[in-house]
Amino acid sequence: MPEPLITIEGLYKVFGSKPESVMPMVHEGRSKDDILAETGHTLGLKDINLTINKGEIFVIMGLSGSGKSTLIRHFNRLIDPTEGVIKVEDTDVMKLPPKELEHFRRHKMSMVFQRFGLMPHRTVLENVGYGLSIQGQGKAVWSAKAKEWLETVGLAGYEAQYPAQLSGGQQQRVGLARALCTDAEILLMDEAFSALDPLIRSEMQDQLIELQDTLHKTIIFITHDLDEALRIGDRIAILKDGEMVQQGTPDDILLNPANDYVEAFVKDVNRARALTVETVMKPPSRRITADTIEEALIQMKAIKGDYGYYVNDDGYQGVVTQDALEACCDDTSTSQEMDDTVWEDLPSISPDAMLESVIPETLDADYSLPVVDEDGNLKGELSKSNLAEVLGGADKKAEE
Amino acid sequence: MAESSWLTKFPQMDRVDLLEIRKGLDSAYREFSREYGEVIESVFDPLLTFLVWFEKLLLTTPWFIVIVAVAALVYLVSRSWKLSLGVVVSFLAIGYFGMWDNTMRTLSIITVCTLMAIGLGIPIGIVMARSDKARSVITPLLDIMQTMPAFVYLIPVVMLLGIGKIPGVIAVIIYAIPPVIRLTNLGIRLVDSEVMEAATAYGANPTQRLFGVQLPLAMPTIMAGINQTIMMALSMVVIASMIGVKGLGQPVLKSITNQYFTLGLFNGLAIVALAIIFDRVSQAYAKRTQRHMQGIENA
Repeated sequence: MPEPLITIEGLYKVFGSKPESVMPMVHEGRSKDDILAETGHTLGLKDINLTINKGEIFVIMGLSGSGKSTLIRHFNRLIDPTEGVIKVEDTDVMKLPPKELEHFRRHKMSMVFQRFGLMPHRTVLENVGYGLSIQGQGKAVWSAKAKEWLETVGLAGYEAQYPAQLSGGQQQRVGLARALCTDAEILLMDEAFSALDPLIRSEMQDQLIELQDTLHKTIIFITHDLDEALRIGDRIAILKDGEMVQQGTPDDILLNPANDYVEAFVKDVNRARALTVETVMKPPSRRITADTIEEALIQMKAIKGDYGYYVNDDGYQGVVTQDALEACCDDTSTSQEMDDTVWEDLPSISPDAMLESVIPETLDADYSLPVVDEDGNLKGELSKSNLAEVLGGADKKAEE
Repeated sequence: MAESSWLTKFPQMDRVDLLEIRKGLDSAYREFSREYGEVIESVFDPLLTFLVWFEKLLLTTPWFIVIVAVAALVYLVSRSWKLSLGVVVSFLAIGYFGMWDNTMRTLSIITVCTLMAIGLGIPIGIVMARSDKARSVITPLLDIMQTMPAFVYLIPVVMLLGIGKIPGVIAVIIYAIPPVIRLTNLGIRLVDSEVMEAATAYGANPTQRLFGVQLPLAMPTIMAGINQTIMMALSMVVIASMIGVKGLGQPVLKSITNQYFTLGLFNGLAIVALAIIFDRVSQAYAKRTQRHMQGIENA
């Protein structure tokens, strides 16, 4: 059971000279444009409700102007909401007095910025140790820790350099090391990889996923790139014009877009790289478990089509066709036991495999491919038309 | 005819009334300075004592020790042999042309003025950067200080404190302090907002943000302000000499009234030499403390 760590309830943010004065209009449900035209106030965020669980990577995604960077700044109150509740565990972040807010920022959360936010006048080592030195730790303590983290992100030897001497990717590694150095439980990443080259970006994504496997932080990740969101997110929330459009797992979002906006987004995604076999396979309907050919023929009649997957106590064995079974019948008595002369080998695919990796096998085979897990259990099947439908995208879905 | 005269002549207030206003204000201020002049003067007594002591120190110390000390100080700050050598040569030249004592007097008062302007200006600039309200009050004041002719604010100062070093120092500071205030404010406001956000996000308190991030990053701009302040302080030397501040300004003043071209030129050049020394040393110091900028320059 996932354990909620951060809850946000009814969060509103209005930018302008007198934000409170327009809140009645907002609650009436007036549109963003209306409010701007009438009062000169900008509605930044509207009725955001979120629960983020311990140890998950929660991605907030939206285009520029959708309010995602505003939203992430509410978690550590770099921006104060106009209305709403932000809770981390049982602390109401909104009610923290300045001293306690500082303490909270020092120990609970750390942040990685889009343009890195490194201090140009401090060396790489001093930057990484910044959080600890702000806490009042001695130089010996923070420099030792900072060194460790620099090694972890692969920047050992760069301690005495200044940020300006590093490449963008290296600078963001410093940013990441700085965030990890305080051992804060929650990591806020504001478009952390958006300013990097595509190649470096995917390297950094890999590194983040790898680190997360050992650290189990709670990560809130902002991005405008759906591919990135699908790749690293355990759950994704999609923002549009300050409103939450959809929340769910990557598969949810891909397969059941909540409205046209999400659908338009999802259309351009490389689904083969984002979906696993498990999410698109059909339930197994061609299971043949009989011990004898006679029984197998009876089971075969119940199946739509002329072949089935033979499964015995040792798990999935291969494919059995009606023709093969009938041929056996002609030769010998129908009470003959099933053996490996009857079934043919047919490669099975793993439910965790990415669709991309099974495309060739699926297209090559004469039959739908069985999906079999590590223990040999038949989980489902994946047909060519199945694959085509999913990869064909949203258009095809709408036609059905 | 009297009715249409406002067409050709600005309808000004009655001459008698105007005279009354002037008389009233003048006598009120005279009253004030008679009443409080001594109290205010005594406030500045410690400063005066220090000024006198510092000037005496520079004048009574043997010239070669002063030169060595200044050269050593310059080296310490700038780490440049060339600069230190330049300072020695220009001081020797100044001494050889008979301007040693006046140069020492000017050096002492300018040093004190500059230090005071920096000491007052940076905190004011910080206040200005932190609050838009403070900025909207201080900016017009700075405009007045920079454009009001020095003689105008010299009158009340001299009325209040008489002729001498203190009014001179006040006049120089009023004239020279705006750049350091303006550029401190500007430098802090220009600090990258994401870097400030990072500091805040990691829980830095306002003091840690000011001394750990804002001031260090604003330093190049603040140094430019300090530089301007020094230059403007030096350019006030001649005007300050009109209210009895001794130094290189007095011979210049004398040469204006008597048309001694060469005397004026020599003393003027000595002021220029001091200005260049101050400028180069402060620049070299700024550059040396901004080590992180080197990476950018080399890249």
